[in-house]
Amino acid sequence: MSKKVSLRIWRGDKDSGEFKSYETEADDGMVVLDVVHQVQATQAPDLAVRWNCKAGKCGSCSAEINGMPRLMCMTRLSDLPEGEPITVEPMMAFPIIKDLVTDVSWNFRVKQTIKPFKPRPPDAPDGTWRMDQRDVDRVQEFRKCIECFLCQNVCHVLRDHAKHETFIGPRFFVHTAALEMHPLDTEDRVPALKDDYNLGYCNITKCCTKVCPESITITDNAIIPLKERVVDRFYDPVRRLFRVLSGS
Amino acid sequence: MAEAARPRKVRLFLVTERKDKWWVTPLLTFLGLSTFIVYVTWAAFQNANYTFGPYLSPLYAPEIFGHSPHAWFGPPPTWWPGMIPFSPALLILPFPAGFRFTCYYYRGAYYKAFWGDPPSCAVGEPRKSYLGERYFPLIIQNIHRYFLYAALVFIVLLAYDAMLAFRFPDGIHVHVGTLVFCTNVVLLGGYTFGCHSLRHIVGGRKDQLPKDAVGRACYDCVSGLNRRHQLFAWCSLFSVGFTDVYVRMCAMGVWTDARLF
Ligand code: SF4
Ligand code: SF4
Ligand code: FES
Ligand code: FES
Repeated sequence: MSKKVSLRIWRGDKDSGEFKSYETEADDGMVVLDVVHQVQATQAPDLAVRWNCKAGKCGSCSAEINGMPRLMCMTRLSDLPEGEPITVEPMMAFPIIKDLVTDVSWNFRVKQTIKPFKPRPPDAPDGTWRMDQRDVDRVQEFRKCIECFLCQNVCHVLRDHAKHETFIGPRFFVHTAALEMHPLDTEDRVPALKDDYNLGYCNITKCCTKVCPESITITDNAIIPLKERVVDRFYDPVRRLFRVLSGS
Repeated sequence: MAEAARPRKVRLFLVTERKDKWWVTPLLTFLGLSTFIVYVTWAAFQNANYTFGPYLSPLYAPEIFGHSPHAWFGPPPTWWPGMIPFSPALLILPFPAGFRFTCYYYRGAYYKAFWGDPPSCAVGEPRKSYLGERYFPLIIQNIHRYFLYAALVFIVLLAYDAMLAFRFPDGIHVHVGTLVFCTNVVLLGGYTFGCHSLRHIVGGRKDQLPKDAVGRACYDCVSGLNRRHQLFAWCSLFSVGFTDVYVRMCAMGVWTDARLF
């Protein structure tokens, strides 16, 4: 059964922009990306929208729908309040290119600053390693990330305080956790977490966890365990004393 | 660090496109925590009606000095400064209060509800400057694990008090109060043993989780409780307050502590 849907879509570029209203038809089971595409096909051929998979796996179609960071392709119309216009706008924490498309390249530059995986020498003569399944499972959760950057967008340290130059954001704490907690990794990222990545700016509001389309427990499983490792190294006087005495 | 990407625009305080009732959770947090803080402060200064039969209110436990038979070292010390009204609660409350104040869950919740940092996810903030927990004063939150050590001692003491809640002058019995005390200690245990710092200590700090059976079980239990940390945080907060109300009401003769068997 097709029904009318009203949309308020943000249109503009890096200098200015505003919401424009559109009306279109929607069928059962449609998602926000479908109706945005319909508007593009029938009323606004110059509307810029980025997408690739329409399956919640490429992380391209991130936007803010009714004010919440979400994937357009995974947000069903039936989950939104019926009869009210749907607001679709680009992510706020990144510069606009055009309409719904933002420039997320800052994230890729951040990723390059994180010390890469450095495995210990192989365990077996054939160049392979042995790992406990539980240890692998722990970091596996972090590898589900599709780099949609919705968590970066919702994080108020970036969104409201624009600490892009000093704070790497939840996505890259997940990435750092995947490396730092990896059973084979030998690199030490704890000083960088404190001084360069500025983990301390995170005040554990869990907004990143709330918006993650892959349901990664970003705050509880990545950020807080990393915070605890920083405490171990820098803020726990007894552990410090123990390290000095034991010479480790 | 990578060069900056400026956000599109920063929204003003409380401005958002969100259409859901985003203010409900921070408002409930604000009301819940404020009510608890006001009640506990009032109750702590009463220095009366905190025991009834074998029960000792958890806000006063352990009673280090005091006038009740539960006191470890007898009446209040002579060195107590005259200008501060004495109450056994004031000697012990800083520990559980510090534990909750520095708890990772509560931190995230009260930064939103009391400080608007942010008021709710994707809602504009009141202030431009931001230090987070990176600098003084909030860097002090990193002390949390030390409060955890104290909380672990308190759990043992409160479990002992819950056991005493079975002992009546005419033998071992179960009263409504006994169940109140037991529930309280179970909920407090659920909260304390689900602490993020404890999860770190029992295995999370290593890249290889414990391999022995006991170590595994500890890490799994703490992790399981940790997933419900928010739930236990609220339930145990309520149960501590209610246990004090129960003892107070019985001591004042308003409620009767019914015997079940
Ligand atoms: S929990 Fe930390 S990283 Fe996640 S959104 Fe909140 S402040 Fe940002
Ligand atoms: S952690 Fe989740 S929200 Fe963040 S970029 Fe990855 S998939 Fe997206
Ligand atoms: S289009 Fe790929 S995640 Fe939405
Ligand atoms: S994190 Fe909540 S009690 Fe430690």
